[in-house]
Amino acid sequence: MTEFDLAEAPIRELNSRLHKLPPDTNERAWRIVNPRGAHSIAVGLTLPIEVRIEGHVGYYCAGMNKEATVVIDGQCGWGLAENIMSGTVRVTGNASQGVAATGRGGLVVVEGDAGARCGVSMKGVDIVVAGSIGHMSAFMAQRGRLVVCCDAGDDLGDSIYEAVIYVGGKTGRLGADCIEKEMTAEHVADLRAPLERAGIEADPTKFRRFGSARKLYHFNVDHADSY
Amino acid sequence: MTVDPRNLRESATFPREVLAEIHRAADQGVYDIRGFGAKRRLPSFDDLVFLGASVSRYPLEGYRERCDTNVVLGDRFAEQPIELKIPITIAGMSFGALGANAKEAIGLACTAMGTSSTTGDGGMTEEERRSSKTLVYQVLPSRYGMNPDDLRRADAIEVVIGQGAKPGGGGMLLGQKITERVAGMRDLPVGIDQRSACRHPDWTGPDDLTIKIEELREITDWQKPIYVKIGATRTKFDVPLAVKAGADVIVLDGMQGGTAATQDVFIEHVGIPTLPAVRQAVQALQELDMHRKVQLIVSGGIRTGADVAKALALGADAVSIGSAAMVALGCNKPVHVEDYYAIGTEPGFCHHCHTGRCPVGVTTQDPALEARLKPEQAGRWLRNYLAVMTLELQTMARACGKSHVLNLEPEDMVALTVEAAAMAGVPLAGTDWIPGRI
Repeated sequence: MTEFDLAEAPIRELNSRLHKLPPDTNERAWRIVNPRGAHSIAVGLTLPIEVRIEGHVGYYCAGMNKEATVVIDGQCGWGLAENIMSGTVRVTGNASQGVAATGRGGLVVVEGDAGARCGVSMKGVDIVVAGSIGHMSAFMAQRGRLVVCCDAGDDLGDSIYEAVIYVGGKTGRLGADCIEKEMTAEHVADLRAPLERAGIEADPTKFRRFGSARKLYHFNVDHADSY
Repeated sequence: MTVDPRNLRESATFPREVLAEIHRAADQGVYDIRGFGAKRRLPSFDDLVFLGASVSRYPLEGYRERCDTNVVLGDRFAEQPIELKIPITIAGMSFGALGANAKEAIGLACTAMGTSSTTGDGGMTEEERRSSKTLVYQVLPSRYGMNPDDLRRADAIEVVIGQGAKPGGGGMLLGQKITERVAGMRDLPVGIDQRSACRHPDWTGPDDLTIKIEELREITDWQKPIYVKIGATRTKFDVPLAVKAGADVIVLDGMQGGTAATQDVFIEHVGIPTLPAVRQAVQALQELDMHRKVQLIVSGGIRTGADVAKALALGADAVSIGSAAMVALGCNKPVHVEDYYAIGTEPGFCHHCHTGRCPVGVTTQDPALEARLKPEQAGRWLRNYLAVMTLELQTMARACGKSHVLNLEPEDMVALTVEAAAMAGVPLAGTDWIPGRI
């Protein structure tokens, strides 16, 4: 295990070392201590290494991640794993706004709660939140699954495209063009997969499913009040 | 009954084009969406003229003496700044709005001329990366096609806050242009209208932008210059905030800047013209002592070497062209005229980029139409056009006695109208008067 102390060296040095790792590196497990809310920790990773961050992090932790498994043992600021391509990012505490914003693949797990705009413009990522999420989540969500084990705030799925939202608890007001859809056995199976990958224990049969009514896919003047 | 033309008085408030638009709106129930930029007359670089050398200034020999055009962009923080042979770059235009052949032609022309091209909404295509020696990768609010591998293989990164045709507005690529390839790059279904968000999903405000730029620098190991593109509106505030946020380069797009598909009301009524925006941006940089340290690229209605020279004289470091580059590729050319008629227009008036039925193959995804644009041939046209603009630019600079085009200065120009004098901050021709200054 390679240990890196952010009290002793700057973010630049950490990210530089992580980026310079060769594909066949033996440094496949990293422990980062004293993050102290710093931004852009472990961004732009490209290898299947494991990075454990012990403490709270600021904005964009594990941003644009590919292949790597990043665990944050603490709380997260904005844009956790934004535009993630693949790999897994997990936070043991809460995450702030824009979790996995525009994420295109991989898995993001929040063991606590997530703030507003969770999964905004998501493009294929799977997001599993053990707690609740804030308002305007999955705004313009294009692809992927947003799984919320507890409650979702107002304007869920506003202007959603083809992403799927599963909610275990209560929902507030739904966003424009977002509707509740039938939860069939097929969807229960579809939900079981990300829950198992995330290691979150929840009964998929208790969830409700939300998605696009597809009424805003082409402009129609009679839907103008939805725009 | 015979109509007496003396009794036909057209309303200034409701002229025929306004009546027609009201009728169209009533018929269709949707606002007019079109391509191209502002069509109405605006104060512009045409309202400025150069004061060529005479007794008080010494000119350079037009065809013999050296007049350099090279420019370095992004040397504030980036370890690998961009070095261009000419200060005329190609603006971001999306794959989706443009076809792949057009993108490739642009790359070929830019490579031949030693300048840069720019991606657009929808991500980076292999064709444009392969054909462009220097490629700027846009990070837009939609993040369509956003890929960290493309960030790393770009030569510079441009964070797009807005564009001149629609500052404060998002984009719209209509369903007819969403082919399988375009849809795949954008992670969306084929054939549906694709909205591009008007603001970024993971940051709000200048303090967040600072952190976002830092993230992009970290991902790319501080190698790439980071541009920030703004639509010209509150330029005197936006430029200092972009500088504070850490931009290496500011791209300023005036309201004459083009678009692939935006509401006509937005194009014609939001933003300020390029002319006053340049002056405000330069002034803001000078007040921060950052002029020439953070470079300024100006776009929006640049058509000739004279326009380039005037933008540089006002303090820009380079310009960017979009619509004019498309015209060089064949946009609005009087060929395949029957296909212009088929979409309800004719050469010289076409702004039907949004339809996907571009008769000359520039703004289309239709294989048959796109095949009309041969990358090598169209690239040669654009290369020729860029070469002509550069020669014109050098002609202006030499006439003012400048051995480098960046040595042009506001004192080399006067304005032909009171409005242009006030906006550009140069004297009205034949006077010492700059409106607004004592």
